[in-house]
Amino acid sequence: MADTGFVQKEKLKDFLNELSKGAVVYAPCLEGDTVIFKPFDAAATLCLDRPANNPPKLAMLPQSETLFSFKYKKDPEDSRKMSVELEANTDFPEAVIFGTRPCDAKGFRIYDRVYIDTNTPDPYYKGRREKTMIASLCCASPSPGCFCVAVGGSPAYREDSDVLITGLEKGYFIEPVTEKGKAILSVPQVEDGSQYVEEAHKKQSESHALVNNPFAGDGQHEISRALFDLDEFWERVVSKCLSCGACTYLCPTCYCFNITDEQSLDNGERIRSWDGCMFPHFTLEGSGHNPRPTKFKRFKNRVGHKFIYYPEKYNGVIACCGCGRCIRHCPVSVDISEIISYLRGSQFELTNESSENTGVDTNSREQK
Amino acid sequence: MISGRLKEAIAGIFGKVDVVLAYQQGFDKLHATPCFMTMPAQIDKLIWNPLCVHNLTGYLPSLKKKKVAVVVKGCDSRTIVQYMEEGLINRENVVVVGIPCNGVISVNKVLKETNHEPIEEITFGENGKILVKTLKGDKTLSLADVCPDKCKTCQYPTPIVSDFLVGEPITSDKSPDSVYADIKEFENKTLEERLKYWEKEFDRCIRCYACRNACPMCVCQDSCIAETRDPHWISQRSKLSEKFMFHMIHALHLAGRCVECGECERVCPMGIPVNKLKRKINLDMKELFGYEPGVNPEDKPPLYTFNVDEVTIKEHKI
Repeated sequence: MADTGFVQKEKLKDFLNELSKGAVVYAPCLEGDTVIFKPFDAAATLCLDRPANNPPKLAMLPQSETLFSFKYKKDPEDSRKMSVELEANTDFPEAVIFGTRPCDAKGFRIYDRVYIDTNTPDPYYKGRREKTMIASLCCASPSPGCFCVAVGGSPAYREDSDVLITGLEKGYFIEPVTEKGKAILSVPQVEDGSQYVEEAHKKQSESHALVNNPFAGDGQHEISRALFDLDEFWERVVSKCLSCGACTYLCPTCYCFNITDEQSLDNGERIRSWDGCMFPHFTLEGSGHNPRPTKFKRFKNRVGHKFIYYPEKYNGVIACCGCGRCIRHCPVSVDISEIISYLRGSQFELTNESSENTGVDTNSREQK
Repeated sequence: MISGRLKEAIAGIFGKVDVVLAYQQGFDKLHATPCFMTMPAQIDKLIWNPLCVHNLTGYLPSLKKKKVAVVVKGCDSRTIVQYMEEGLINRENVVVVGIPCNGVISVNKVLKETNHEPIEEITFGENGKILVKTLKGDKTLSLADVCPDKCKTCQYPTPIVSDFLVGEPITSDKSPDSVYADIKEFENKTLEERLKYWEKEFDRCIRCYACRNACPMCVCQDSCIAETRDPHWISQRSKLSEKFMFHMIHALHLAGRCVECGECERVCPMGIPVNKLKRKINLDMKELFGYEPGVNPEDKPPLYTFNVDEVTIKEHKI
């Protein structure tokens, strides 16, 4: 069997229909002008020209899922006694995430460390993960706001995908990356790809240079903890933040959730649903105390989680894949890459301003 | 140049206010971003052009204790008027810097015209001509084609309230009948068609609440029914019924209050036309009570008051 495959442009839809026979295929589809990941069907209009508005995280971490359902039952012998019946489903269908970007695939590796590589793996995430094949499409050109090359990725980054697809003039070149990914070569519409290897690799390297690197030229600067812990810094950079959840819900690496019991009279379900650290309720405690009462503290946490706390816990891995969605879709264009640049001291404008005008000398704090 | 005069005007205000809300260039050539200016050195960064799409007045209620100067377009000024009607700001603490406006861009429409390529350069010329440069080539656009729908029927290009007006007042040349033409057309659809339309649109909602948080008139903030657990109005499920409920409540809470700035729709990351619902209700309010939100500070919003005899509601006549 060939190592690589190729699907002609006009056969792509047939190819996806074939894939859909044995699996749920999540693919980027057009709805109006919006590109969204959803289960592919014959009526859908595929859109591979630009990254989807939402990442494919819903395929493995649904926005809301039932962990188990419960039902109270009265004892027929003794009406004062009640029993509870629980029912959980951890049997998931085979799935393929098709046409996602290498940055999005990186997001799933970030989830794995939290949900699988622990002594208490999460059966829901793990169950879906094991049955899902990730077939990423190499980015031909960057999108506004994206910066994957600054956080260890690239438009043709292959490590976290099962299959890497490269769009060529006549069709799609298919390279399996993992054992799981090899299965894709046996789909009938896939022909031998060996004659396209060179063209594909050329295309892959071309796109790398086009991606913006906001951290370029700042050497090996670490994030300044002094500046990070300065309240004035956050007040300066995120006053405009609206505290909505667009950034976290569109983020391929954000994985926080809420658990609630949605109950009616004698039955109900325990639901796990997305939650976001930008919402005031996220850290609101039962006592009424909120340890992160302001948007400044909440934003600091979001940046800290991705660029300090997660890397500290997991061998320096940055929990941001540079997809740029939080920048592109932010209602007020808060730019996380700009904030990180400030924190790394590669742009001194902001710190100079604050030292001149607010009496806070951030440079000298950094030295302490 | 308006931006030069704007900088002068703001330089004159500095020192008299705690913060100036204005615009500066955002992360790329196609985006402006709100800036909170507290130091004269920031004035150089200030911009004014059709990229300045945001309604900056939405920040005012949260800055109620401060003295704030804010840059407003005609449409944005309606929010200030509505805040005055509802007592949500201390008018004496707000310095309104008004700019008569010929229309702004819709980022989504420009991106659509340029196939979502990153914009290398964008230049705004005379008579609404826009020159856009991308890696794939140049394109000339017309502001009339890439402006948000609200600009196409704008009745208030000149701010209704302002303490400083930068630029010459502009009179609207758009027919008042055009404002709700699209809504009236939509109403011609059958109930089933409309339901189907909204089900399809709301299904995309991810409940990020960008529409709510960007809405200048959504003032419940942390107490929104969408999130409170006690009382438990809406579950955390991501079913259509939950999404539908949230958007309906959002729209109904804005009955006779929505100033039609369109921020809810502009910020939606999933491209849901959420402003349409609110405008439909505004049209009803206009027909029922002859009331238009945010145009006269002396007005009382109809749902803030009660008249035994509503002239336009025949059934209630005794």
